[in-house]
Amino acid sequence: MIAFLRNTWRGLTSMRTALTLLFLLALAAMPGALLPQLSLNAAKVDEYVAQRGWWGQLLLKLGFFEVYATPWFAAIYLLLFTSLVGCLLPRTWEYFKQMRAKPVLTPRNLSRMPHHAQAELDVTPDEVVAKAQKAMRGWRMETGEGTVSAERGFLRETGNLVFHFALLGLLVSFALGKMFNYEGQVIVQADGGQFCNGGIFNYDQFRPGLQVDGTDLTPFCVEIGKFTADYLDNGQPVGYQADIRYQSGDDLASNTWKPYTLQVNHPLRTEGDRLYLLGHGYTPTFTVTFPNGEKRTQGIQWLPTDQLTLASEGATKFDPPGVTDSETRRKNQIAVTGLLAPTPLLHGSILNSKFPALNNPMVAVDVYRGDLGVDDGRGQSIFSIDQKMVEQGRLAKVARKNLALGEEIALDDGTKVRFDAVNDWVSLQVSHDPTQGYVLAFAILIILGLGVSLTVKRRRVWVRATRLEDGRTLVEVGGLARTDQAGYGEEFTRLARAVLNEEKS
Amino acid sequence: MPVDETLATYSDWLYRSALGVYLFAVLLYAVEQAFARAPRKAEVMAGAGGPDVLTDAPKSELTRSERIGRMGAAMTVLGAVLHLGSLVMRGLSTGRAPWGNMYEYMSLLCLAAVVTWIVLMAKFPIRRLGVFVLPPILTLLFLGGTVLYAEAAPVQPALRSYWLAIHVSVISISSGMLLIPGVTSILYLLKDTNSDRFPKLPSADVLDRMSYRTTVLAFPLFTAGIILGAIWAEAAWGRFWGWDPKETVAFVTWVVYAAYLHARATAGWRGRGAAWINIVGFAVNVFNLFFINLVASGLHSYAGL
Repeated sequence: MIAFLRNTWRGLTSMRTALTLLFLLALAAMPGALLPQLSLNAAKVDEYVAQRGWWGQLLLKLGFFEVYATPWFAAIYLLLFTSLVGCLLPRTWEYFKQMRAKPVLTPRNLSRMPHHAQAELDVTPDEVVAKAQKAMRGWRMETGEGTVSAERGFLRETGNLVFHFALLGLLVSFALGKMFNYEGQVIVQADGGQFCNGGIFNYDQFRPGLQVDGTDLTPFCVEIGKFTADYLDNGQPVGYQADIRYQSGDDLASNTWKPYTLQVNHPLRTEGDRLYLLGHGYTPTFTVTFPNGEKRTQGIQWLPTDQLTLASEGATKFDPPGVTDSETRRKNQIAVTGLLAPTPLLHGSILNSKFPALNNPMVAVDVYRGDLGVDDGRGQSIFSIDQKMVEQGRLAKVARKNLALGEEIALDDGTKVRFDAVNDWVSLQVSHDPTQGYVLAFAILIILGLGVSLTVKRRRVWVRATRLEDGRTLVEVGGLARTDQAGYGEEFTRLARAVLNEEKS
Repeated sequence: MPVDETLATYSDWLYRSALGVYLFAVLLYAVEQAFARAPRKAEVMAGAGGPDVLTDAPKSELTRSERIGRMGAAMTVLGAVLHLGSLVMRGLSTGRAPWGNMYEYMSLLCLAAVVTWIVLMAKFPIRRLGVFVLPPILTLLFLGGTVLYAEAAPVQPALRSYWLAIHVSVISISSGMLLIPGVTSILYLLKDTNSDRFPKLPSADVLDRMSYRTTVLAFPLFTAGIILGAIWAEAAWGRFWGWDPKETVAFVTWVVYAAYLHARATAGWRGRGAAWINIVGFAVNVFNLFFINLVASGLHSYAGL
């Protein structure tokens, strides 16, 4: 039993296993780049699965659409890191032992070394030793009777160990981060819209870490002021910025607002959380005048469907006012849907957008009346109406028209829908990751360790001077690079030249 | 920032000239390779890790093929200078780091590969191999200049950051450097399989050393590039790592080259095994360059074609 465990441990920590695991890791990570992933684009995954039939279902069951959360991926990296620990522990022990060790004594047969040179010279062995000591200044050296053994490049192992331990540290911090992080996205109207990081329900989308239940979010509030976007003539965006005010920490109690300019690449960092400007779009405002004269005004964000021209689609939904009977109310709900063109381009009556900025915006609206299906308890998209309701005939298209600002459309029952205004919205992301500072620190150690361990070579040189019978001295130089021979040749040649000459030092 | 059209045109001219000069260099290398004598046995021994020769071999007269090869090397350097000029002009004309789209990225990557090759030529007696090393780079440059070509233009908001200058340059330079060991590893396998059939290739040992030393230099740089990218991603996308397709393949590339370094310290994997891994790394690298930017859609897809 013990033997079995020991052999398993030895097998797991061997270099060959580590190599295999590295391969497996590379191979297993690959599907994440080739197949759509749930964490990045869930809609694309659904589409992919639907198109592939049983094959798609199989891939889904095996976790190929969430590779980095699957047990098999975890198994590989956990094994790899176990193997790494098993490799590092004895090496660290060895490292501290070697730190005090003296260079290895000169071997008997230096000509067997990968690097070797010799010459018969007219100098005494002592002079050779002195010369060798001078040539190898800075090396760890041990001088014996007519021999010198020297070693250098201990830093290589230091760098190597630092690198591997930092890698471990990085993984652990990364994993801890995944426990305690959260990430939430929300759309906020510009020109006065507010958002407070008070709870999950303030978000449109919220992705908590495994240990986050959403009750303990970092408290802060932001208010979005003016949003500006600059474009080139071809519609390519040049820059976005939102002037915001925020309060966090002590400012919350004293109700003080601090200004900040939120830009792409310039998140707001406050109290350990970060606030990002992810994107923007337009909110059309419509006023519906009901037959009884009552008015309702609503503005809700529409979704850009063309990123270049910001042509947007959406659905602005209205409840008839003053109707208490839910049955009647449900028959007279109104939805204004269609396309918003920030800068209109008309082909006949077909509206499209030709530029992302607002220049006399127009909407092409389809007005629906009937049961929107918002009361049946199921959630529905704020950007569209429920097509099932249309199919069932409970919701009907009653009018269609292109509207410029201020224009209105009249329905058959006397209801009027007016296109009032267009405003900006911004989509924001709040990110919280308490360990990312540690991850960065370990990443820097990784670079340092790697740089040192790959540039420094651990190498040895031995010199032996033997008096010959004719009074001359046979000087032998042998060299060995412990980890990699590459590049040692030049240095050895230089050292050997410095020792193998007859100049007096 | 408006684009200076004149400088942009100069940049394009320099790019094409560099391509032409490289092509000429390849022809010269090819002539040298075709007419060069295979080294005599003694020279092979010296290269293969035999006893270090302390005395300099007497300089022999240059043969005609050697002179042509030297011209090839000179042409390569000239090409690199023109190539660099083209990048500098791009940068001046757009007023930003000249690696903001795929054409520019590829150009920098290839320049890094060529410069690496020039340095290797200075360190190892392998000049003639230019005939094998330059064509893949030329192919990339040609594709970059035709299919992937993009007019000089400003970049979109997400790329307006000093991190563009830092992260993209480091990644592109290290990826370019990593192309070279890919090619020399293929040559190594050929030579190692049948030394007699490829008498004009340098010894397997020299090829192996070249691959290793280049990889060992490029790998920490590549690592740094990934980490710098993560730092930028934290500021731009809200997280430092999110398994975006490009991130994923960069990770895979990193793991493959890590495997290469480990293979060189593993009994039974030195030499051929390691060479194969390096070739796999090369393949993943090129895959990352094309597939991820052109086919997969991810956050890195704004490279702009």
